[in-house]
Amino acid sequence: MTDPVQLVLRVAGLRKSFGQLTVLEDVDLEVGQHEVVCLIGASGSGKSTLLRCINLLEPIDAGRVELGGQDITAPGVNVDRVRRRIGIVFQSFNLFPHLRVLDNITLAPRKVLGTSRAEAEDAGRSLLRRFGLEEKSLDYPDRLSGGQQQRVAIVRALAMQPDLLLLDEITSALDPELVAEVLDLVRELATGGMTMVIATHEMGFARDVADRVCFLDGGRVLEQGPPAQLFAEPSEPRTRQFLQRVIAAGRL
Amino acid sequence: MGRRASWTAFASTLAVFGLLGWGIVNAPNWPDFQASFLDPDLFADALPDLAWALRINVQLFLIAEVLVLVLGLVIAVLRSLPGPIFFPIRLLAIAYADIFRALPGVLVIFVLGLGIPSLRIPGVPSEPFVWAVVAVTLVYSAYVSEVYRAGIESIHPSQEAAARSLGLTRAQSMRYVILPQAVRRVIPPLLNDFIGLQKDTVLVSFIGVAEVFRIAQVKESANFNFTPYLAVALLFLLITLPLTRITDWLIARDRAASSAGARA
Repeated sequence: MTDPVQLVLRVAGLRKSFGQLTVLEDVDLEVGQHEVVCLIGASGSGKSTLLRCINLLEPIDAGRVELGGQDITAPGVNVDRVRRRIGIVFQSFNLFPHLRVLDNITLAPRKVLGTSRAEAEDAGRSLLRRFGLEEKSLDYPDRLSGGQQQRVAIVRALAMQPDLLLLDEITSALDPELVAEVLDLVRELATGGMTMVIATHEMGFARDVADRVCFLDGGRVLEQGPPAQLFAEPSEPRTRQFLQRVIAAGRL
Repeated sequence: MGRRASWTAFASTLAVFGLLGWGIVNAPNWPDFQASFLDPDLFADALPDLAWALRINVQLFLIAEVLVLVLGLVIAVLRSLPGPIFFPIRLLAIAYADIFRALPGVLVIFVLGLGIPSLRIPGVPSEPFVWAVVAVTLVYSAYVSEVYRAGIESIHPSQEAAARSLGLTRAQSMRYVILPQAVRRVIPPLLNDFIGLQKDTVLVSFIGVAEVFRIAQVKESANFNFTPYLAVALLFLLITLPLTRITDWLIARDRAASSAGARA
Protein backbone atom coordinates (compact mmCIF):
# COMPACT_ATOMS: atom_id res chain seq x y z
CA MET A 1 0.00 0.00 0.00
CA THR A 2 2.85 2.39 0.76
CA ASP A 3 6.48 1.94 -0.06
CA PRO A 4 8.86 2.02 2.93
CA VAL A 5 10.38 5.41 2.05
CA GLN A 6 7.02 7.10 2.55
CA LEU A 7 6.24 5.29 5.76
CA VAL A 8 5.67 7.82 8.57
CA LEU A 9 4.75 5.43 11.35
CA ARG A 10 5.44 1.78 11.89
CA VAL A 11 4.27 -0.04 15.00
CA ALA A 12 5.53 -3.61 15.29
CA GLY A 13 4.65 -6.25 17.88
CA LEU A 14 3.61 -3.64 20.43
CA ARG A 15 2.50 -4.93 23.83
CA LYS A 16 1.31 -2.79 26.69
CA SER A 17 -0.05 -3.87 30.03
CA PHE A 18 -1.11 -2.08 33.16
CA GLY A 19 -0.19 -4.50 35.94
CA GLN A 20 -1.98 -7.78 35.23
CA LEU A 21 -4.17 -6.26 32.54
CA THR A 22 -2.85 -6.53 28.99
CA VAL A 23 -4.29 -3.60 27.04
CA LEU A 24 -2.44 -4.05 23.74
CA GLU A 25 -1.12 -7.34 22.40
CA ASP A 26 1.10 -7.80 19.37
CA VAL A 27 -0.16 -4.68 17.58
CA ASP A 28 1.18 -3.98 14.09
CA LEU A 29 0.28 -0.79 12.30
CA GLU A 30 1.80 1.06 9.36
CA VAL A 31 0.86 4.56 8.33
CA GLY A 32 2.13 6.08 5.10
CA GLN A 33 2.63 9.73 4.34
CA HIS A 34 -0.64 11.68 3.77
CA GLU A 35 -2.57 8.66 4.96
CA VAL A 36 -5.51 8.91 7.35
CA VAL A 37 -6.02 5.83 9.51
CA CYS A 38 -9.05 5.51 11.77
CA LEU A 39 -9.04 3.24 14.79
CA ILE A 40 -12.46 1.94 15.71
CA GLY A 41 -13.60 -0.48 18.37
CA ALA A 42 -15.48 -0.66 21.62
CA SER A 43 -14.44 1.37 24.66
CA GLY A 44 -11.52 -0.40 26.32
CA SER A 45 -10.34 -1.98 23.08
CA GLY A 46 -7.03 -0.11 23.38
CA LYS A 47 -7.44 2.74 20.87
CA SER A 48 -6.44 5.54 23.23
CA THR A 49 -3.64 3.54 24.80
CA LEU A 50 -2.19 2.85 21.36
CA LEU A 51 -2.11 6.58 20.59
CA ARG A 52 -0.52 7.35 23.96
CA CYS A 53 2.11 4.67 23.31
CA ILE A 54 2.91 6.10 19.88
CA ASN A 55 3.41 9.53 21.48
CA LEU A 56 5.57 7.95 24.22
CA LEU A 57 3.21 9.19 26.91
CA GLU A 58 3.06 5.54 28.01
CA PRO A 59 6.11 3.29 28.10
CA ILE A 60 5.61 0.06 26.12
CA ASP A 61 6.39 -3.45 27.33
CA ALA A 62 7.43 -5.08 24.06
CA GLY A 63 7.72 -4.31 20.35
CA ARG A 64 8.76 -1.04 18.77
CA VAL A 65 7.46 2.20 17.34
CA GLU A 66 9.25 3.76 14.39
CA LEU A 67 8.76 7.33 13.27
CA GLY A 68 10.11 8.09 9.81
CA GLY A 69 12.28 4.96 10.04
CA GLN A 70 13.75 5.83 13.46
CA ASP A 71 13.04 3.51 16.39
CA ILE A 72 11.65 5.98 18.94
CA THR A 73 11.14 3.33 21.61
CA ALA A 74 14.85 2.43 21.69
CA PRO A 75 16.67 3.25 24.93
CA GLY A 76 18.42 6.62 24.94
CA VAL A 77 15.99 8.29 22.53
CA ASN A 78 15.24 11.88 23.54
CA VAL A 79 11.47 11.74 24.01
CA ASP A 80 11.10 15.51 23.96
CA ARG A 81 12.65 15.64 20.48
CA VAL A 82 10.38 12.85 19.26
CA ARG A 83 7.25 14.55 20.59
CA ARG A 84 7.99 17.70 18.59
CA ARG A 85 7.29 15.64 15.47
CA ILE A 86 4.06 14.02 16.73
CA GLY A 87 1.02 16.10 17.62
CA ILE A 88 -1.75 14.71 19.79
CA VAL A 89 -5.20 16.10 20.53
CA PHE A 90 -7.04 14.78 23.56
CA GLN A 91 -10.69 14.05 24.23
CA SER A 92 -10.78 16.68 27.00
CA PHE A 93 -8.98 19.43 24.98
CA ASN A 94 -6.40 20.06 27.76
CA LEU A 95 -5.88 23.66 26.78
CA PHE A 96 -3.80 25.69 29.24
CA PRO A 97 -6.47 27.67 31.12
CA HIS A 98 -4.07 30.39 32.33
CA LEU A 99 -2.97 31.31 28.80
CA ARG A 100 -4.86 33.17 26.09
CA VAL A 101 -5.68 31.22 22.94
CA LEU A 102 -2.75 32.70 21.03
CA ASP A 103 -0.33 31.97 23.88
CA ASN A 104 -1.62 28.39 24.08
CA ILE A 105 -0.62 28.04 20.45
CA THR A 106 2.73 29.85 20.55
CA LEU A 107 4.07 28.41 23.82
CA ALA A 108 5.63 25.29 22.31
CA PRO A 109 7.02 26.91 19.15
CA ARG A 110 8.65 29.62 21.28
CA LYS A 111 9.98 27.48 24.12
CA VAL A 112 10.72 24.25 22.28
CA LEU A 113 11.73 25.40 18.80
CA GLY A 114 13.09 28.79 19.88
CA THR A 115 10.91 30.69 17.41
CA SER A 116 10.71 34.41 18.17
CA ARG A 117 7.48 35.66 19.72
CA ALA A 118 6.63 37.82 16.70
CA GLU A 119 7.19 34.98 14.26
CA ALA A 120 5.30 32.44 16.38
CA GLU A 121 2.37 34.83 16.79
CA ASP A 122 2.22 35.53 13.07
CA ALA A 123 2.14 31.81 12.35
CA GLY A 124 -0.39 31.24 15.14
CA ARG A 125 -2.68 34.00 13.89
CA SER A 126 -2.65 32.72 10.34
CA LEU A 127 -3.51 29.20 11.57
CA LEU A 128 -6.37 30.65 13.64
CA ARG A 129 -7.55 32.63 10.63
CA ARG A 130 -7.46 29.53 8.46
CA PHE A 131 -9.80 27.75 10.86
CA GLY A 132 -12.10 30.70 11.58
CA LEU A 133 -10.86 31.33 15.11
CA GLU A 134 -9.00 34.57 14.60
CA GLU A 135 -11.33 36.73 16.71
CA LYS A 136 -10.77 34.35 19.66
CA SER A 137 -7.00 34.76 19.74
CA LEU A 138 -6.97 37.02 22.83
CA ASP A 139 -9.65 35.13 24.78
CA TYR A 140 -8.98 32.70 27.58
CA PRO A 141 -10.06 29.11 26.86
CA ASP A 142 -12.97 29.19 29.34
CA ARG A 143 -14.64 31.87 27.20
CA LEU A 144 -14.86 29.42 24.26
CA SER A 145 -17.40 26.74 23.45
CA GLY A 146 -16.26 23.12 23.60
CA GLY A 147 -16.06 22.94 19.83
CA GLN A 148 -13.95 26.09 19.67
CA GLN A 149 -11.69 24.80 22.44
CA GLN A 150 -11.12 21.56 20.60
CA ARG A 151 -10.35 23.41 17.38
CA VAL A 152 -7.84 25.54 19.27
CA ALA A 153 -6.29 22.34 20.66
CA ILE A 154 -5.90 21.06 17.10
CA VAL A 155 -4.35 24.35 16.00
CA ARG A 156 -1.98 24.17 19.00
CA ALA A 157 -0.78 20.76 17.81
CA LEU A 158 -0.49 21.97 14.20
CA ALA A 159 1.64 24.95 15.24
CA MET A 160 4.52 22.53 15.84
CA GLN A 161 4.21 21.38 12.21
CA PRO A 162 4.19 17.72 13.19
CA ASP A 163 4.89 14.87 10.77
CA LEU A 164 2.04 12.93 12.33
CA LEU A 165 -1.13 13.99 14.12
CA LEU A 166 -2.89 11.72 16.61
CA LEU A 167 -6.53 12.45 17.46
CA ASP A 168 -7.86 10.69 20.54
CA GLU A 169 -11.68 10.61 20.43
CA ILE A 170 -11.68 14.35 20.00
CA THR A 171 -15.46 14.71 19.70
CA SER A 172 -16.48 12.41 22.57
CA ALA A 173 -16.65 15.23 25.14
CA LEU A 174 -18.61 17.58 22.88
CA ASP A 175 -22.29 18.42 22.75
CA PRO A 176 -23.76 16.84 19.59
CA GLU A 177 -24.29 20.18 17.83
CA LEU A 178 -20.59 21.05 18.24
CA VAL A 179 -19.23 17.82 16.74
CA ALA A 180 -19.58 18.90 13.12
CA GLU A 181 -17.34 21.97 13.32
CA VAL A 182 -14.51 19.87 14.74
CA LEU A 183 -14.93 17.04 12.24
CA ASP A 184 -15.06 19.54 9.38
CA LEU A 185 -11.69 20.86 10.49
CA VAL A 186 -10.25 17.34 10.51
CA ARG A 187 -11.68 16.70 7.04
CA GLU A 188 -9.94 19.82 5.84
CA LEU A 189 -6.66 18.60 7.32
CA ALA A 190 -7.12 15.25 5.60
CA THR A 191 -7.70 16.97 2.29
CA GLY A 192 -4.56 19.01 2.90
CA GLY A 193 -2.54 15.81 3.19
CA MET A 194 -1.96 15.68 6.95
CA THR A 195 -0.89 12.23 8.10
CA MET A 196 -3.26 11.23 10.89
CA VAL A 197 -4.18 8.37 13.19
CA ILE A 198 -7.66 8.95 14.55
CA ALA A 199 -9.35 7.03 17.35
CA THR A 200 -13.05 7.64 16.95
CA HIS A 201 -16.59 6.50 17.69
CA GLU A 202 -17.95 8.52 14.76
CA MET A 203 -18.34 5.74 12.20
CA GLY A 204 -19.84 7.95 9.50
CA PHE A 205 -16.88 10.27 9.82
CA ALA A 206 -14.42 7.35 9.73
CA ARG A 207 -16.06 6.06 6.57
CA ASP A 208 -15.77 9.48 4.90
CA VAL A 209 -12.33 10.57 5.91
CA ALA A 210 -10.25 7.41 6.40
CA ASP A 211 -8.00 5.86 3.81
CA ARG A 212 -7.94 2.81 6.04
CA VAL A 213 -9.93 1.68 9.04
CA CYS A 214 -8.53 -0.59 11.76
CA PHE A 215 -10.87 -2.49 14.04
CA LEU A 216 -9.36 -3.04 17.48
CA ASP A 217 -10.71 -5.77 19.69
CA GLY A 218 -9.25 -6.99 22.96
CA GLY A 219 -6.03 -5.06 22.41
CA ARG A 220 -5.36 -6.44 18.91
CA VAL A 221 -5.85 -5.06 15.43
CA LEU A 222 -8.36 -7.68 14.42
CA GLU A 223 -9.07 -6.42 10.94
CA GLN A 224 -8.12 -3.51 8.72
CA GLY A 225 -8.93 -2.31 5.26
CA PRO A 226 -10.40 0.51 3.18
CA PRO A 227 -13.59 1.86 4.79
CA ALA A 228 -15.81 0.75 1.92
CA GLN A 229 -14.71 -2.84 2.41
CA LEU A 230 -14.51 -2.92 6.22
CA PHE A 231 -17.89 -1.29 6.79
CA ALA A 232 -19.67 -3.15 3.97
CA GLU A 233 -18.29 -6.64 4.21
CA PRO A 234 -16.15 -7.20 7.30
CA SER A 235 -14.51 -10.60 7.27
CA GLU A 236 -14.28 -11.09 11.04
CA PRO A 237 -17.42 -12.06 13.01
CA ARG A 238 -16.35 -9.73 15.87
CA THR A 239 -16.17 -6.79 13.48
CA ARG A 240 -19.59 -7.64 12.06
CA GLN A 241 -20.99 -7.87 15.59
CA PHE A 242 -19.50 -4.49 16.57
CA LEU A 243 -20.80 -2.78 13.44
CA GLN A 244 -24.27 -4.25 13.92
CA ARG A 245 -24.38 -2.82 17.42
CA VAL A 246 -23.23 0.55 16.10
CA ILE A 247 -25.93 0.52 13.44
CA ALA A 248 -28.53 -0.48 16.01
CA ALA A 249 -27.47 2.51 18.09
CA GLY A 250 -27.95 4.74 15.05
CA ARG A 251 -24.33 5.79 14.88
CA LEU A 252 -23.65 4.79 11.26
CA MET B 1 -30.76 41.82 54.23
CA GLY B 2 -34.30 43.11 54.48
CA ARG B 3 -35.21 46.04 56.69
CA ARG B 4 -36.70 43.80 59.34
CA ALA B 5 -33.68 41.49 59.29
CA SER B 6 -31.34 44.47 59.65
CA TRP B 7 -33.20 45.68 62.69
CA THR B 8 -33.15 42.24 64.24
CA ALA B 9 -29.41 41.93 63.64
CA PHE B 10 -28.81 45.38 65.12
CA ALA B 11 -30.89 44.75 68.21
CA SER B 12 -29.39 41.34 68.79
CA THR B 13 -25.83 42.65 68.39
CA LEU B 14 -26.53 45.50 70.79
CA ALA B 15 -28.01 43.12 73.36
CA VAL B 16 -25.12 40.62 73.18
CA PHE B 17 -22.30 43.14 73.31
CA GLY B 18 -24.12 45.27 75.89
CA LEU B 19 -24.47 42.25 78.12
CA LEU B 20 -20.83 41.28 77.66
CA GLY B 21 -19.66 44.82 78.42
CA TRP B 22 -21.91 45.04 81.44
CA GLY B 23 -20.55 41.71 82.69
CA ILE B 24 -16.94 42.81 82.34
CA VAL B 25 -17.39 46.23 83.89
CA ASN B 26 -19.21 44.67 86.83
CA ALA B 27 -16.59 41.95 87.40
CA PRO B 28 -15.42 41.93 91.05
CA ASN B 29 -11.93 43.20 90.22
CA TRP B 30 -12.77 45.56 87.35
CA PRO B 31 -11.18 48.70 88.86
CA ASP B 32 -7.81 46.94 89.35
CA PHE B 33 -7.95 45.56 85.83
CA GLN B 34 -8.75 48.99 84.47
CA ALA B 35 -5.78 50.47 86.27
CA SER B 36 -3.24 47.89 85.14
CA PHE B 37 -4.41 47.28 81.54
CA LEU B 38 -6.30 50.39 80.48
CA ASP B 39 -4.33 53.37 81.72
CA PRO B 40 -5.05 56.14 79.18
CA ASP B 41 -1.99 58.22 80.06
CA LEU B 42 0.40 55.31 79.77
CA PHE B 43 -1.29 54.30 76.54
CA ALA B 44 -0.81 57.73 75.00
CA ASP B 45 2.72 57.84 76.29
CA ALA B 46 3.69 54.39 74.97
CA LEU B 47 2.02 54.44 71.57
CA PRO B 48 4.54 56.59 69.63
CA ASP B 49 7.54 54.55 70.84
CA LEU B 50 5.74 51.30 70.10
CA ALA B 51 4.66 52.43 66.67
CA TRP B 52 8.28 53.33 65.92
CA ALA B 53 9.51 49.94 67.20
CA LEU B 54 6.90 48.24 65.01
CA ARG B 55 8.96 49.24 61.97
CA ILE B 56 11.42 46.48 62.97
CA ASN B 57 8.59 43.93 62.78
CA VAL B 58 7.48 45.32 59.45
CA GLN B 59 11.03 45.16 58.04
CA LEU B 60 11.39 41.65 59.39
CA PHE B 61 8.21 40.29 57.87
CA LEU B 62 8.64 42.06 54.55
CA ILE B 63 12.13 40.63 54.06
CA ALA B 64 11.10 37.20 55.38
CA GLU B 65 7.99 37.03 53.20
CA VAL B 66 9.98 37.57 50.02
CA LEU B 67 12.53 34.95 51.07
CA VAL B 68 9.77 32.53 52.10
CA LEU B 69 8.05 32.86 48.71
CA VAL B 70 11.28 31.84 46.99
CA LEU B 71 12.59 29.18 49.38
CA GLY B 72 9.16 27.58 49.82
CA LEU B 73 8.80 27.27 46.05
CA VAL B 74 12.30 25.80 45.67
CA ILE B 75 11.58 23.17 48.35
CA ALA B 76 8.21 22.28 46.78
CA VAL B 77 9.72 21.89 43.31
CA LEU B 78 12.62 19.79 44.63
CA ARG B 79 10.12 17.57 46.40
CA SER B 80 8.20 16.99 43.17
CA LEU B 81 11.25 15.85 41.16
CA PRO B 82 10.49 12.43 39.68
CA GLY B 83 12.46 9.23 39.41
CA PRO B 84 14.85 7.26 41.61
CA ILE B 85 17.89 9.44 40.85
CA PHE B 86 16.38 12.39 42.72
CA PHE B 87 15.47 10.32 45.76
CA PRO B 88 18.10 11.91 48.05
CA ILE B 89 16.97 15.40 47.05
CA ARG B 90 13.34 14.52 47.72
CA LEU B 91 14.40 13.03 51.05
CA LEU B 92 16.16 16.24 52.07
CA ALA B 93 13.19 18.37 51.04
CA ILE B 94 10.81 16.15 53.02
CA ALA B 95 13.09 16.13 56.07
CA TYR B 96 13.37 19.90 55.96
CA ALA B 97 9.61 20.46 55.72
CA ASP B 98 8.89 17.89 58.44
CA ILE B 99 11.49 19.13 60.92
CA PHE B 100 10.83 22.83 60.63
CA ARG B 101 7.09 22.35 60.88
CA ALA B 102 7.52 20.15 63.93
CA LEU B 103 9.82 22.49 65.89
CA PRO B 104 8.27 25.36 67.88
CA GLY B 105 9.29 28.53 66.07
CA VAL B 106 10.57 30.14 69.23
CA LEU B 107 13.11 27.32 69.67
CA VAL B 108 14.46 27.81 66.17
CA ILE B 109 14.78 31.52 66.89
CA PHE B 110 16.64 30.79 70.14
CA VAL B 111 19.02 28.24 68.68
CA LEU B 112 19.91 30.33 65.63
CA GLY B 113 19.82 33.75 67.28
CA LEU B 114 21.82 32.88 70.38
CA GLY B 115 23.63 29.73 69.30
CA ILE B 116 25.27 30.67 66.04
CA PRO B 117 26.64 34.10 67.12
CA SER B 118 28.09 32.39 70.21
CA LEU B 119 30.23 30.23 67.93
CA ARG B 120 32.08 33.41 66.90
CA ILE B 121 32.83 32.11 63.44
CA PRO B 122 34.70 34.86 61.59
CA GLY B 123 32.63 36.49 58.85
CA VAL B 124 29.35 35.11 60.18
CA PRO B 125 27.06 37.97 61.22
CA SER B 126 26.15 38.23 64.89
CA GLU B 127 23.32 40.79 64.72
CA PRO B 128 20.17 39.26 66.22
CA PHE B 129 18.05 40.81 63.44
CA VAL B 130 19.85 38.80 60.75
CA TRP B 131 19.26 35.54 62.60
CA ALA B 132 15.69 36.55 63.32
CA VAL B 133 15.11 36.84 59.55
CA VAL B 134 16.82 33.49 58.96
CA ALA B 135 14.85 31.69 61.66
CA VAL B 136 11.46 33.06 60.62
CA THR B 137 12.24 32.30 56.97
CA LEU B 138 13.25 28.72 57.72
CA VAL B 139 10.15 28.01 59.79
CA TYR B 140 7.65 29.58 57.41
CA SER B 141 9.24 28.24 54.21
CA ALA B 142 8.52 24.76 55.54
CA TYR B 143 4.81 25.59 55.83
CA VAL B 144 4.68 27.47 52.56
CA SER B 145 6.46 24.66 50.67
CA GLU B 146 3.56 22.40 51.66
CA VAL B 147 1.09 24.98 50.40
CA TYR B 148 2.89 25.17 47.06
CA ARG B 149 3.08 21.37 46.89
CA ALA B 150 -0.66 21.06 47.42
CA GLY B 151 -1.09 23.55 44.58
CA ILE B 152 1.22 21.64 42.25
CA GLU B 153 -0.55 18.36 42.99
CA SER B 154 -3.95 19.96 42.40
CA ILE B 155 -3.14 20.55 38.73
CA HIS B 156 -4.59 17.69 36.70
CA PRO B 157 -1.98 15.35 35.13
CA SER B 158 -3.59 15.96 31.73
CA GLN B 159 -2.06 19.45 31.80
CA GLU B 160 1.41 17.99 32.02
CA ALA B 161 0.54 15.39 29.37
CA ALA B 162 -0.56 18.20 27.04
CA ALA B 163 2.60 20.19 27.68
CA ARG B 164 4.93 17.21 27.29
CA SER B 165 3.12 16.07 24.13
CA LEU B 166 4.05 19.41 22.54
CA GLY B 167 7.72 18.69 23.19
CA LEU B 168 8.18 20.78 26.33
CA THR B 169 10.66 19.28 28.77
CA ARG B 170 9.58 18.43 32.31
CA ALA B 171 11.20 21.60 33.60
CA GLN B 172 9.50 23.73 30.93
CA SER B 173 6.12 22.12 31.68
CA MET B 174 6.63 22.97 35.34
CA ARG B 175 7.74 26.52 34.63
CA TYR B 176 5.19 27.53 31.99
CA VAL B 177 2.17 25.29 32.58
CA ILE B 178 2.01 23.77 36.09
CA LEU B 179 3.43 26.47 38.36
CA PRO B 180 1.51 29.47 36.97
CA GLN B 181 -1.76 27.61 37.59
CA ALA B 182 -0.64 26.16 40.94
CA VAL B 183 0.56 29.48 42.37
CA ARG B 184 -2.65 31.24 41.39
CA ARG B 185 -4.62 28.57 43.17
CA VAL B 186 -2.68 28.81 46.45
CA ILE B 187 -2.55 32.59 46.90
CA PRO B 188 -5.26 32.61 49.62
CA PRO B 189 -3.62 29.92 51.82
CA LEU B 190 -0.27 31.59 51.17
CA LEU B 191 -1.57 34.90 52.52
CA ASN B 192 -2.98 32.99 55.46
CA ASP B 193 0.51 31.80 56.35
CA PHE B 194 1.79 35.35 55.98
CA ILE B 195 -0.71 36.52 58.58
CA GLY B 196 0.80 33.97 60.95
CA LEU B 197 4.30 35.07 60.02
CA GLN B 198 3.55 38.72 60.71
CA LYS B 199 2.26 37.93 64.18
CA ASP B 200 5.16 35.61 64.95
CA THR B 201 7.66 38.42 64.44
CA VAL B 202 7.13 39.24 68.13
CA LEU B 203 8.90 35.97 69.00
CA VAL B 204 12.25 37.43 67.99
CA SER B 205 12.03 39.65 71.07
CA PHE B 206 13.43 36.62 72.90
CA ILE B 207 16.84 37.08 71.27
CA GLY B 208 16.98 40.77 72.04
CA VAL B 209 15.75 42.34 68.83
CA ALA B 210 14.34 45.73 69.83
CA GLU B 211 10.99 45.16 68.12
CA VAL B 212 7.58 46.23 69.33
CA PHE B 213 6.97 43.48 71.88
CA ARG B 214 10.43 43.93 73.38
CA ILE B 215 9.84 47.65 73.85
CA ALA B 216 6.44 46.90 75.38
CA GLN B 217 8.11 44.55 77.85
CA VAL B 218 10.57 47.27 78.85
CA LYS B 219 7.73 49.71 79.37
CA GLU B 220 5.71 47.17 81.31
CA SER B 221 8.51 46.47 83.79
CA ALA B 222 9.24 50.19 84.16
CA ASN B 223 5.69 50.98 85.34
CA PHE B 224 4.41 47.58 86.44
CA ASN B 225 1.54 48.20 84.08
CA PHE B 226 0.28 46.09 81.16
CA THR B 227 -1.25 48.89 79.11
CA PRO B 228 1.63 48.88 76.55
CA TYR B 229 0.67 45.31 75.54
CA LEU B 230 -2.78 46.53 74.73
CA ALA B 231 -1.24 49.16 72.50
CA VAL B 232 0.79 46.41 70.76
CA ALA B 233 -2.39 44.40 70.23
CA LEU B 234 -4.01 47.44 68.63
CA LEU B 235 -1.04 47.99 66.32
CA PHE B 236 -1.13 44.37 65.16
CA LEU B 237 -4.83 44.61 64.48
CA LEU B 238 -4.12 47.64 62.31
CA ILE B 239 -1.50 45.94 60.14
CA THR B 240 -2.91 42.40 60.05
CA LEU B 241 -6.66 42.91 59.69
CA PRO B 242 -6.41 44.37 56.17
CA LEU B 243 -4.47 41.29 55.04
CA THR B 244 -7.07 38.94 56.55
CA ARG B 245 -9.82 40.85 54.74
CA ILE B 246 -7.91 40.68 51.44
CA THR B 247 -7.39 36.94 51.93
CA ASP B 248 -11.07 36.32 52.58
CA TRP B 249 -12.01 38.44 49.60
CA LEU B 250 -9.65 36.46 47.34
CA ILE B 251 -11.06 33.16 48.60
CA ALA B 252 -14.61 34.36 47.94
CA ARG B 253 -13.64 35.56 44.47
CA ASP B 254 -11.96 32.24 43.63
CA ARG B 255 -15.03 30.35 44.78
CA ALA B 256 -17.25 32.52 42.59
CA ALA B 257 -14.90 32.07 39.62
CA SER B 258 -14.71 28.29 39.96
CA SER B 259 -18.47 27.87 40.30
CA ALA B 260 -18.89 30.03 37.21
CA GLY B 261 -16.34 27.75 35.50
CA ALA B 262 -18.37 24.70 36.52
CA ARG B 263 -21.48 26.19 34.91
CA ALA B 264 -19.71 26.93 31.63
